[in-house]
Amino acid sequence: MKAAVIVFPGSNCDRDVQVTLRKVCGVEPVMVWHKESSFEAVDLIVLPGGFSYGDYLRSGAMAAKSRVMREVAERATAGVPVLGICNGFQVLTETGLLPGVLMRNANLKFVCRDVHLKVESSQSIFTSAYESGQILRIPVAHHDGNYFADDGVLQRLEDKGQIAFRYVGPDGREDETANPNGSARNIAGVYSETKSVLGLMPHPERLAEPELGGTDGEGLFKSLLESLS
Amino acid sequence: MSEITPQIVAEHGLNEAEYQQVLDIMGREPNLLELGIFSVMWSEHCSYKSSKKWLKTLPTEAPHVIEGPGENAGVIDIGGGLAAIFKMESHNHPSFIEPYQGAATGVGGILRDVFTMGARPIANLNALRFGSPDHPKTRHLVSGVVAGVGGYGNCVGVPTVGGEVNFDPSYNGNILVNAMTVGLAPANRIFKAAAQGVGNPVVYVGSRTGRDGIHGATMASAEFDDDSDEKRPTVQVGDPFTEKLLIEACLELMETDAIIGIQDMGAAGLTSSSFEMASKGGMGVELDLDQVPCREDGMTPYEMMLSESQERMLMVLKPGKEDMARGIMEKWDLDFAVIGRLTDSGRMVLRMHGEVVGDLPIDPLAEASPEYDRPWIATPARPDIDAHSLPLPGNTGAVLLQLMATPNLCSRRWVWEQYDHMVMADTQGRPGGDAAVVRVHGTERALAMSSDCTPRYCQADPVRGGAQAVAESWRNLTAVGATPLAITDNMNFGNPEKPEIMGQFVGCIEGMRAACLALEYPVVSGNVSLYNETNGIGILPTPTIGGVGLIEDASRTAGIGFTDQDADIVLIGNTRGHLGASIYLSEIEKRTDGAPPVVDLAQEKANGDFVRGLITSGQITVCHDISDGGLAVAIAEMALANGIGATLEQPQDDPSESGLPLHAWLFGEDQARYLIATGSSGALLAAARDAGVPARIIGTTGGKTLNLPGGSPISLSDLSSGHESWFPDYMAGTVN
Repeated sequence: MKAAVIVFPGSNCDRDVQVTLRKVCGVEPVMVWHKESSFEAVDLIVLPGGFSYGDYLRSGAMAAKSRVMREVAERATAGVPVLGICNGFQVLTETGLLPGVLMRNANLKFVCRDVHLKVESSQSIFTSAYESGQILRIPVAHHDGNYFADDGVLQRLEDKGQIAFRYVGPDGREDETANPNGSARNIAGVYSETKSVLGLMPHPERLAEPELGGTDGEGLFKSLLESLS
Repeated sequence: MSEITPQIVAEHGLNEAEYQQVLDIMGREPNLLELGIFSVMWSEHCSYKSSKKWLKTLPTEAPHVIEGPGENAGVIDIGGGLAAIFKMESHNHPSFIEPYQGAATGVGGILRDVFTMGARPIANLNALRFGSPDHPKTRHLVSGVVAGVGGYGNCVGVPTVGGEVNFDPSYNGNILVNAMTVGLAPANRIFKAAAQGVGNPVVYVGSRTGRDGIHGATMASAEFDDDSDEKRPTVQVGDPFTEKLLIEACLELMETDAIIGIQDMGAAGLTSSSFEMASKGGMGVELDLDQVPCREDGMTPYEMMLSESQERMLMVLKPGKEDMARGIMEKWDLDFAVIGRLTDSGRMVLRMHGEVVGDLPIDPLAEASPEYDRPWIATPARPDIDAHSLPLPGNTGAVLLQLMATPNLCSRRWVWEQYDHMVMADTQGRPGGDAAVVRVHGTERALAMSSDCTPRYCQADPVRGGAQAVAESWRNLTAVGATPLAITDNMNFGNPEKPEIMGQFVGCIEGMRAACLALEYPVVSGNVSLYNETNGIGILPTPTIGGVGLIEDASRTAGIGFTDQDADIVLIGNTRGHLGASIYLSEIEKRTDGAPPVVDLAQEKANGDFVRGLITSGQITVCHDISDGGLAVAIAEMALANGIGATLEQPQDDPSESGLPLHAWLFGEDQARYLIATGSSGALLAAARDAGVPARIIGTTGGKTLNLPGGSPISLSDLSSGHESWFPDYMAGTVN
């Protein structure tokens, strides 16, 4: 598997995901600077977390217009898998590669803590190492993670199995108390229609080592390694 | 040129004697720009004129100290060819006036102090002190400061891993925002400020200069009054995105050999950075102010030199390296300008539009700033409080429930969940423990760090309080298994021109000195914030201690939460039931009198070394230091962390302790104590006996309740809901 991590000015989880790709997948990703208009062929493109261009306009909005994203969008359309974590998810919705938008958290505050996620289905290149319905503990850290789309879009996402992860309680119950940001239908991550693009607010790369207090995030990278090697 | 009237001199915060010294140094009347430069350079904030005499008495050396006070931050050797670089700095005055930007730029400023020296910042901490919760401004200030700390730290991508939040009415008019950054650098590649080489280019990088923050350092050197809000224009505005770019760009440039000296533009901006660099290198400097990147047209030399616009750095490059350096800065879309050259004149010459607009001698100004031996009087000693004189509570369980839900003991989750404490993926010990633990990236080691001070002790007895702050810092690092290496101190006090206040300062330094010596825990950096007074009312003396320790094997550390049922709970250290100046006394008896607990530094060292040995040898993994609220509060925190209860019993085998009233045993704040939970207490107790360390079993873990002697069982869910709800309820405005 060959992977690329896109680095925007203001990205701050680029190293974290680089380290995780190294440790879990044994691959050394290419780090691609936002001013590049092309980069070598890869099997996976990762858009890391952070505050691209300071997120001074709307989270991810400036990055969506960057030179490198034109290339990423083309490759995504051609079927190259793309993983967007946190700010990367915001960039993907802003570029239109994923449906919906990420609004300011319902309580208007930044939130950093472990949340529980339900894997909706193991039938994807991102989740094959998990069980369908498995509950994961993974941290979030964001100010703008409140997923919104209109009811028609949400229903289509449900029907086509495009909801990747939902916020749930440790026991799997899906209610408001388990939702850290007000996201519609507790959505934490969504796929593109082909399920080759995934955006999620939680940070699987932050809990992928026992020393950091958990390994639930590891499965996502193991899935990719299995599927793309 | 405008004429300098006595009123203009006074507006610049200089007294008559100081102005006379200006005239002597200049040999003529200064112009307004020159006066402005003297004003900031000799402000309390930049010159340490009231505190220098006493700061010099603090121990600053140890074999592992690479750089002590005097540079931008302290540097210690942590082995493996690496150094930890750290410092704590206050941003009190600006944060009171404009809490979001004040706190945000406090974080930005301390980050720059650390990466200026070549370190990648790996952790932020902050010690926040607010006024009484029922003061009308407190909620607004808490909300703004926390949002500002988070807004800046989250965006730059440095985890905010720990700190303190406290409330006391003495901070009603002067909150404290003390920010600390810890960074990592190769031990043999530390960058310093000193300028070298006649003719070498002086280079400006980072954000453009605007009209913000002019005279911030002077503001921070005076008392507040009712019109302090009018000082808002002196507060700077932060841009964490540019800071992030500046960190990456500077670290990239530091990989080359282009930099001779580098200094961030902090308080007093371009003035103090250029003066410090020239002064440390024994050089002169000529600046062409037409080259300074400005945010707006028509800025005067006065404004350019005194602006405190953020995210700016000054460096001296080797000749011929300008183009390469410019290339790196342009990659990161940062401004880059050669604004001057070094000279051998020993003077700072400022030109604009071809004319000399300022010409000052460097050494007399930077090095010969005033130094005062201010009169001081020692704080009168307070009598001890005999616990027997206080009524026994009807139900100790109810008392504990009440204490755990008070503003100063309740959970700070509401605060630290707004800080990204995990970015960089090396945070091993998250907020809520005794000390944060952050791995040294790519190694087996980790750093432990914490921020500590008990201002009410410092007020009651500055010497004891100063020693206690250092001892508690040392103890918190020890409790996670770290070897404490060094501290940074942030001295927050009232008006030093009052002998009582100066006496608090002198006393705290004396206590800190004794503790630093006894615990082999030197001071490597620090900051002083005086004049924390409003309408003549000063804050509690608050010498905040930021400590850093080393964990050689990151897999051998301890946390506060009980992990097993039926483990023995072992108390290390002597319990004398000290209730003077305690939380119990203030919350339950509504009294704030009495002497603070005795700090026995020999016992502190012996007990701590014993506990650390247990952790680093892998014998224990559950440990908590005992501090505010005493034994019962510490036990409650250990139980709540993982939802495992406990049953306590007061030992009757020691005559000095068995006679203690229950409230003194449970809530006394005696120092040098730790709680441990272990399944194999026999060997541990024997080892403690051999080491001469007091240790005894005081209870057992298990169940879902906490059972104190003299109290009805407390369910952990009740305890947790009280403990967790005060902060969010208060901020939502539902409690006062």
